[in-house]
Amino acid sequence: MNVLLLDGLRTLGASGVHALRRIGRAHLLFVAMVAGVVDMARKPGLLITQLFSVGVLSVLLIAVAGLFVGMVLGLQGFYILSQFSAEATLGVMVAASLVRELGPVVTALLFAGRAGSALTAEIGLMKATEQLSGLEMMAVDPIRRVLTPRLYAGVLAMPLLAALFSALGVLGGYFVGTGLLGVDGGTYWTQIEAKIDFNEDVVNGVVKSLVFGVVCTWIALFQGYDTVPTSEGVSRSTTRTVVHSALAVLGLDFVLTALMFGN
Amino acid sequence: MKSVSDSSDEKPLVRIRGLKFRRGSRTIFDGVDVDIQRGRVTAVMGPSGTGKTTLLKLISGQLRPDAGIIEVDGLNVHALSRADLYRLRMRMGMLFQSGALLTDLDVFENVAYPIREHTDLTESLIRKLVLIKLEAVGLRGAAGLMPSELSGGMARRVALARAMAMDPMMIMYDEPFTGQDPISMGALLKLIRSLNDAAHISSILVSHDVQETAAIADEIYVISNGHVIQHGTPERMMNSDDPWVRQFLHGLPDGPVPFHYPASPLADDLLGESG
Repeated sequence: MNVLLLDGLRTLGASGVHALRRIGRAHLLFVAMVAGVVDMARKPGLLITQLFSVGVLSVLLIAVAGLFVGMVLGLQGFYILSQFSAEATLGVMVAASLVRELGPVVTALLFAGRAGSALTAEIGLMKATEQLSGLEMMAVDPIRRVLTPRLYAGVLAMPLLAALFSALGVLGGYFVGTGLLGVDGGTYWTQIEAKIDFNEDVVNGVVKSLVFGVVCTWIALFQGYDTVPTSEGVSRSTTRTVVHSALAVLGLDFVLTALMFGN
Repeated sequence: MKSVSDSSDEKPLVRIRGLKFRRGSRTIFDGVDVDIQRGRVTAVMGPSGTGKTTLLKLISGQLRPDAGIIEVDGLNVHALSRADLYRLRMRMGMLFQSGALLTDLDVFENVAYPIREHTDLTESLIRKLVLIKLEAVGLRGAAGLMPSELSGGMARRVALARAMAMDPMMIMYDEPFTGQDPISMGALLKLIRSLNDAAHISSILVSHDVQETAAIADEIYVISNGHVIQHGTPERMMNSDDPWVRQFLHGLPDGPVPFHYPASPLADDLLGESG
C-alpha cells in the first residue's frame, strides 16, 4: 500500500516537474523570440515572407468563414429580434457580436487550425531534419532567424484577419437581412454607425485579437521547437498546438471580456 | 627556432579530458580523453548508440558535458559566451547525417547562406565563391536544383560545400557514408581526404563503416560503453590484440559483445514451456 502510494506520489511529482520545465522553456523561448526584433529589423524581408505565409495564405479561409458566420447571425438575429419587433437593430446585433467576440475568437481558432498547425509542423520538421542544428553550426541563431519573424508575423496578421472576418461578417448579415428578410438597408448601416462605439467595441476587439495572436503563435512555435524530433513527435505537437490554442483562446476570451466589459 | 604560432600548431586542435556525459540514467561517456591532431583525419568509431554523434555535439557546444573539459583551438568550448561560441563555430564546419540543407533554398543559396550571414561581400564575389565550392564537390551544375531534387549522396556533397563555405579550420562528419551507394560513398571518401589535404583543415569523422573509414583516416579512436577502448593508426588498430577492437573492426558476430541477448538458459525456457 505504502509502495503504491509512494509510486503514485513519485509519478505525480515527476509529471509536475516535467510540466513546470516545459512552462519554463516556453517562457524563455518567448523572451528570446521577442528580443530578436532588433535582428529582424535588419532583415525586414524575413517578416514580409512570413506575413505572406501566415497572413495572406489565411485570407481566403477567414473571408469565407466570416461571410458565413455573418449570414448565420443575420438569420438567427432576425428570428429572435422579430419576436420583440426589433428587426431594425439587426445590424447592431450582428456587428457587435462580430467585433466584440466572434471576430477575434473565431479568427483565432481558425488561425490555430491553419497557420498554427502549419508553423508547428514546419518548425518540428526543421528540427527533425537537423536544419535548426545546421543553423546553429553555421553560427546563426535559429530562434532569431526562424522563430522571431514568425512570431511577429502572427501577431501582426491576427488583428488584420479578425478585421477582415468582422467586415465580411457584417456584409453577410446585411445580405441576408436586407436581401432575404426585408430589413431596411439604410437602417442596418445607420444603427451600426450610431451604436457601435470605436473605443468600447472596435479597440477592445483589436486588443483581444492581438493577445490571441501572441498566444496562438507562441504556442505553435514552442510546440514545434520543443517537439520530439520524430514523425510521431511532430504529429503530437501539431495536435497539441490546435488543442492548447483553442483552450487558451476561449479561456483568455472570458478573462479579457470580464476585464473589458465587466463593469 | 619555433615561433609562438608554430608551438601552438603542435597542440591538438581538439583536446578532451575527463569527459563525462549522461542522458537520463544512461551513462554515455565516463571519463573520456581524446586528442584530435591538426591537419589529420581522425575517425571516431564504435557501435550504434555508443555516443559518437553526441561527441560531435559536445565538441561543437550543442550539448554541455556533466564533467570534463573540451578545448577547441585552445578555447574551452563550454566556458565561452554565446557570441564567442558563435565566433568559434564560424571556424568549424559540420556535415550532418541528413545533410541538414535548408529545404526552402536551392543549392546555390544553401551554400551562399553562411557567406551572406557573416560577410558583407558583393553579390558577384559571393557567386564566385559559391561556384568554386560547388565545383570542388562536383556539383556546380546542380546550383539551381532544390534539395528535394537531390539524391542522398548529392545532398551530402552540397552540405559539404556549405560546411566549407567559410573556410573552416575543421570539419566534423557525422556518419557521412550511411545509406550511400558505392559510387556516392567513393566520391565522399575522396572528397573528405582531398579537402582535408588541399585546404589544410582537420577532420573528425564519426562512422561505423570500418573499411571505408580506415582507408582515409590517419588515426582511429574506438569507443564503447563510455570509454575509449583503444586508439592509433588504422594499421595498428586492424592488428590489435584487444578482443573488443578485433570484434568491432573485423565484424565478428560473437565476442565481448555477445551474439545472444542476455536470457535464461535455453533448456530452462523449453522445459518450462513443456512442463
